[in-house]
Amino acid sequence: MSEGANTVISLKNIIKRFYIGTPNELQILNGITLDVHEGEFVSIVGQSGSGKSTLMNLIGLLDRPTEGEYHIDGLDTASASDNDLSYIRNQQIGFVFQTYNLVPKTDALKNVELPMLYAGVSRKERTQRALELLELVDMGDRTKHLPEELSGGQKQRVAIARAMANDPAIILADEPTGALDSKTGRAVMDLFHKLNKEQGKTILLITHSNELAEETDRIITIKDGYITGERKGSGCVPTPSETVSESEVTEA
Amino acid sequence: MNMFWENVRLALTSLRTNKSRTFLTMLGIIIGIAAVIAIKTVGNSLSLSVSDSMQSMGANNITVYLNSKEADKDETEDGYVFGTVTNDRALTKDDLFNDEMIMGMFRQFSDSIAAISTQAEVETTTVKKGTNSKSLSISGVSLGYFTANSLEFVSGGFFSADEAKDGRNVIIVGTDFVDSLYGGNYAGIIGETVSMPLYNKNMDFVVVGVYKYQASIYTMNSSSSAYIPLKAAQSITHFDRYTTFSVVSKVGVDSDELAVSIKDYLNGFYRNSNRLEVETYNMASMISGMNDMMGKITTAVSVIAGIALLVGGIGVMNIMLVSITERTREIGTRKALGATNGYIRMQFIIEAVVICIIGGTIGILTGLLMGAIGAKILGFAAAPSVSSIVGSLAFSMFIGIFFGYYPANKAAKMNPIDALRYE
Repeated sequence: MSEGANTVISLKNIIKRFYIGTPNELQILNGITLDVHEGEFVSIVGQSGSGKSTLMNLIGLLDRPTEGEYHIDGLDTASASDNDLSYIRNQQIGFVFQTYNLVPKTDALKNVELPMLYAGVSRKERTQRALELLELVDMGDRTKHLPEELSGGQKQRVAIARAMANDPAIILADEPTGALDSKTGRAVMDLFHKLNKEQGKTILLITHSNELAEETDRIITIKDGYITGERKGSGCVPTPSETVSESEVTEA
Repeated sequence: MNMFWENVRLALTSLRTNKSRTFLTMLGIIIGIAAVIAIKTVGNSLSLSVSDSMQSMGANNITVYLNSKEADKDETEDGYVFGTVTNDRALTKDDLFNDEMIMGMFRQFSDSIAAISTQAEVETTTVKKGTNSKSLSISGVSLGYFTANSLEFVSGGFFSADEAKDGRNVIIVGTDFVDSLYGGNYAGIIGETVSMPLYNKNMDFVVVGVYKYQASIYTMNSSSSAYIPLKAAQSITHFDRYTTFSVVSKVGVDSDELAVSIKDYLNGFYRNSNRLEVETYNMASMISGMNDMMGKITTAVSVIAGIALLVGGIGVMNIMLVSITERTREIGTRKALGATNGYIRMQFIIEAVVICIIGGTIGILTGLLMGAIGAKILGFAAAPSVSSIVGSLAFSMFIGIFFGYYPANKAAKMNPIDALRYE
């Protein structure tokens, strides 16, 4: 997206340490500074253990940084209470996990309704919007299926519909295709492109696959808790002749 | 409200998926509640049926009787067990109540006494009419008898005051007697003369009333009760003393207090007797005694039930802790999707409350069934105690909240990222 757009995520010198009992402390992030603009499709690439998931959890407000400043949509998260963070997660962020994390024993429709339930949306409205979203991700015919009755690709599509429930500005996707085969992975990636292009969603994609990263607007490389590189990507879906490499499927 | 019902639905879903585990968890609650409801139902049935019989027997009746002071001793030398004086053959006529004592007592407490019923048994005789015969058990009664005992007249009525005072030969018979010998002509028999042998003399009585005979389990033989004036009876038996009589208190008078006063007054006549003393009993004191006993049983059962409920509650807490551990990732997911700590806490408290209320409801139904069977065995109509049903439901809910709070709070305080990562 253009440089003039609003900054929705602003990280300044973010440090995250884990204490595994003194004197052992583990510094996972060593001062990350990063801005993400509205409507951008950014990928964060790194090896296992590079700190990219920790960074994602901080951005998703599932955890707090040890040091540094994090503003989301202009709001300083350091001063926010746990309930404030719950509210921001509910309204501004949509999560897509590698392991889908659908609530068990609860059908696709109810799963998609969940963020709206926490937002206090009426039952009727909830159901209507959830049906629309399931239609959008091409799951309109499986609304009453339980998670255990769905394939991996189907589960991930339900999860994406759920991430969209409260129309958040940001979608955080942590290895969303990591557990899928290349064909269904492709479909999920296409869906992200669609949401980015058609609905203007800001998307942060965490991946260890360079091929997938190439499709995004900007590629940030992270290693040992430092940002080691930043470059522009194509920002578009590869032509059908290009197939996604099998390397994407490894290391689940 | 939105979230509340969603949580109830969620709780039911989660309980359905673990049916046997849920049921075993509920058992403690079920047993505790069932025990309380069963004993309360039996107790309630008992006191309702007692107060029913109290109304038919007369709540205001006080029975005054002579009791042997030696009654504490189980046996006399010849091994004869006795409690009341009627069994003591060595007593003389002078030891018993006489009309003077009773009249003195009446004058003393006339403000409180509605009627005094004295009675003298004559004997059981046989009336013959043509080829038919009917056995009659003849009692001489004072007018007060009809106040103390509710007789329903089919035709005619009580003796007149003059008939009673002069001891005229008039008689009141039962419908069963008229059915046997007079073809059920209740109106026609009034004024007829009935002859019967009493004390080896043939005597004539004029029928003045027919009362409605009611068969009861106490009617051992086929003889029908018939009543003649007390004076008439005493002139036949030549005996005018009593071992017992009844006092009917006026409406609004405390029967218990009157009974004590009467006892104290009459014991004045027996101050020097080393063999006899006056005792009284009335329905009110019998009922309060019975209620006391029921209260003690209820307390004992409640303590046991309380222990069962405590253990049941701990079981609920335990299973909730297992449940939140199993569902740690789900809790993490919910938090990521925007559930606040308060919402997670509410979700699990509601789940615990739902377990307890279902358990409580099963307990109430089981208890009602047990109570109904118990009441039937004891021969009373089952009367469930509504207050204990409502109380049990409220208490189940309280157990759910109390024992559900700790696990629910533990779930609520989970760090979202730790919960999401939980394997």
